[in-house]
Amino acid sequence: MNVERIKGLKFHKKQDVAIVGAGITTFKRRLNETGKELSYYAAKQALDEAGLSIKDVDMVVMGSAPDAFDGVHMKGEYLLDGSGGSDKPYMRVFVGGGTGVFAPIAGYWHVASGLADVCLVVCEEKMSSCYPHPQSAFKYIWDPILERPLKPNLIWIFALEMRRYMYVNNIKHEDIALVSVKNKANALDHPSAQLAARITVEDVLNSEPMALPVRRLDVSPPSDGASAIMMVASHIARQLTDEPVWVNGVGWALDTTWWTNRDLYFPRYVAEAARMAYKMAHITNPRKEVDVAEPYDPFDYKELHHMEGLGLAKKGEAHILTREGITARDGDLPICPSGGLLGVGNPIAATMGVKVAEIYWQLAYRAGKRQVAKEVTTGIAQAWGDLMQIGTVMVLSNKR
Amino acid sequence: MKMDMDMDVNIKKNYPSYVRGREIKAEDIEEGRVSYNLHKPNIIYSFTAGQAISKFLNGLKEGKLLATECYSCNRTLFPPRIFCEVCFRPIDKWCEVKDSGVVETFSISYIDPDAKPLEKPIIVAVISIDGASPKMGIMHILGEVEPEDVYIGMRVRAVWKPESEREGSITDIMYWKPAEGD
Repeated sequence: MNVERIKGLKFHKKQDVAIVGAGITTFKRRLNETGKELSYYAAKQALDEAGLSIKDVDMVVMGSAPDAFDGVHMKGEYLLDGSGGSDKPYMRVFVGGGTGVFAPIAGYWHVASGLADVCLVVCEEKMSSCYPHPQSAFKYIWDPILERPLKPNLIWIFALEMRRYMYVNNIKHEDIALVSVKNKANALDHPSAQLAARITVEDVLNSEPMALPVRRLDVSPPSDGASAIMMVASHIARQLTDEPVWVNGVGWALDTTWWTNRDLYFPRYVAEAARMAYKMAHITNPRKEVDVAEPYDPFDYKELHHMEGLGLAKKGEAHILTREGITARDGDLPICPSGGLLGVGNPIAATMGVKVAEIYWQLAYRAGKRQVAKEVTTGIAQAWGDLMQIGTVMVLSNKR
Repeated sequence: MKMDMDMDVNIKKNYPSYVRGREIKAEDIEEGRVSYNLHKPNIIYSFTAGQAISKFLNGLKEGKLLATECYSCNRTLFPPRIFCEVCFRPIDKWCEVKDSGVVETFSISYIDPDAKPLEKPIIVAVISIDGASPKMGIMHILGEVEPEDVYIGMRVRAVWKPESEREGSITDIMYWKPAEGD
């Protein structure tokens, strides 16, 4: 049957959506606080920054990645009270590493649809509950029949993707290591940072081999932490602040789970997600129109990989922008000014705090020492996850 | 208890205000300096292989690599499935592909699934299979080759377990070895 489609109705929203507050806990390898307590800290900070109380919140979205880390199924329900969701419409979303931007996308649905005027989005991850090391939980990502008998480590897929990316684009490890150097140095100005440091390219190239080409300093650490943002309708935003940050576009897409059937050199899933978000935000030339970006950087090559997927650099050219200092905090296109996952830490879903929340702080000129040098109007946050197959993108702007 | 006192601090409007949480170390748990409960779940799973992969695993016992074909997009799908995820329709035919292929990408792994160091690094690769559609491949192990001699584009061939030892598992192929000039 051929269904009739009406052109131009896509992306119609009931009301505009603004971010008016954000919160983040410290990110550390191990924290004493439970997931609920961490969620409370982050949510409370976001409420305080927005000038709202929990009674003003209509609905709550929780983002949290695999249950295996916390060792609690119904993890959404377990975290309910800490995120302020009790006696409210509440949901948990989860797309692996992509959750950090997917949870705010779900918050956007709540407000843009008109179902809620005030939506609190909280992301939590407590990876250290998995003892002694969360790697033991990561291995359950693999296909139980075709892959687990080969005794894989999660790092393998990234190593395989990194090698393919380097091979097709003829990029040296030295060029990729510069990302790790930049982000860990940026993180020196982030109060949450776990692995802020001044390192050199040689440090990265000489660090312990994990699954070559991936070495220890190419990788972000496992972390505990939480983050939160307040998403509100325009008539609420107007009462709270003169400088709200608007969500102008959202996008998400997944590529096939048969990952050995893809050419890994280019993140098609990110390109698809970005196309959706850019269309919604009326962005036609991202390299010119985007002022600051937080692409997902759990590995140093991933920042470059994702910049290309987001259209911030041509295929195979992201490392040139990095080498020339364009992606530095005082450059023409600052990338990961927060310090990213490599510097601040990687509590999977809670990385919302260094992606969406960081872009919010940058566009609201509240990023303090991390504020980029240039004038900013439009920024993008992006995350990536599952079996390296989902891209989630959010376009933010301080102009509606 | 500095942390707790922070709770009522007024927030400066121009900076993300307070960043809370108390860091602990693994030793704090080992030496009982924090309260905790250690729990070791004992859960056993039996994953059924399903329609397509069961047939594929039975093929491995006979030393064959089986794939499926979709006549709509003209792809030979490997690993095989009973439906084409692009055309979203049933597959049209089962066929055999070769037990040789090309290394699309590879890694030299120094760690096991739990991130513990391996005594001898292993080489893992994505191998696209001859006879399947381009870039259709599987992940597997390389052997009979030194890490420094592996390259992308290298031709490889499966090394099978003796027929009597095959059990219908992906490890019925022990590893893939270089096949230059074969």
